[in-house]
Amino acid sequence: MLELVMKISLICLTLSMLGLVYRLIKGPTVPDRVVALDAIGINLVAIIAIISMLLNTNAFLDVILLMGILAFIGTVAFAKFLEKGEIIENDRNQ
Amino acid sequence: MRTNDVILQTVSKIVFFIIILFSIHLFFAGHYNPGGGFIGGLLTSGAIVLLLLAYDIKTVAKGFPINYITLIGIGLLFAVGTSAGALLFNVPFLTHAYDYFYLPLLGKTSLHTAVLFDTGVYLVVIGVTMTIIQTIGESE
Repeated sequence: MLELVMKISLICLTLSMLGLVYRLIKGPTVPDRVVALDAIGINLVAIIAIISMLLNTNAFLDVILLMGILAFIGTVAFAKFLEKGEIIENDRNQ
Repeated sequence: MRTNDVILQTVSKIVFFIIILFSIHLFFAGHYNPGGGFIGGLLTSGAIVLLLLAYDIKTVAKGFPINYITLIGIGLLFAVGTSAGALLFNVPFLTHAYDYFYLPLLGKTSLHTAVLFDTGVYLVVIGVTMTIIQTIGESE
């Protein structure tokens, strides 16, 4: 029963990821694409969690936290590039 | 117009410590669980990159007065030292030793010299990543 539910939710996550990929390709502006990329990362976290339940292992739990951190840092870097034009400043008070 | 990123700076101050703790956990988990020196070092440098994003190179250099190129040298010395230390005990190069010790707070723990080798990997990964990122970031 639980396995069936997990497979159905995997399919739902895959469909939502397809929608996000559509936004990533089609998105008229760059911020649209950045938000889609961030949501794809979080979607991937959910998929990893369900797959690690299906495989009955807890070896992927570190990957979940890692994906969250990497998605956050990547989105912050993209946002800073869009706003200021450079990612790492030499001196922000200048 | 100067932008004010107080939310980013406050959040990254807190998240920095969470990432550092997670990277230390990954580093020490490496022997029995997924993890190890490589991913731990990458995550530590990821935390420093987050500070670099929220602040700037000068502020972070004031907070971490570390020469990352020296860090690479220290890491390589760690790796070579623990490998060559095996030669002192008449065993082949890179032979590691372990034993169980009763530590006062932790109880029965197995201490392994491979951790020292992993520390070398950890330091080299931090040094290389931060050197690459800072050299690219500093160029005008």
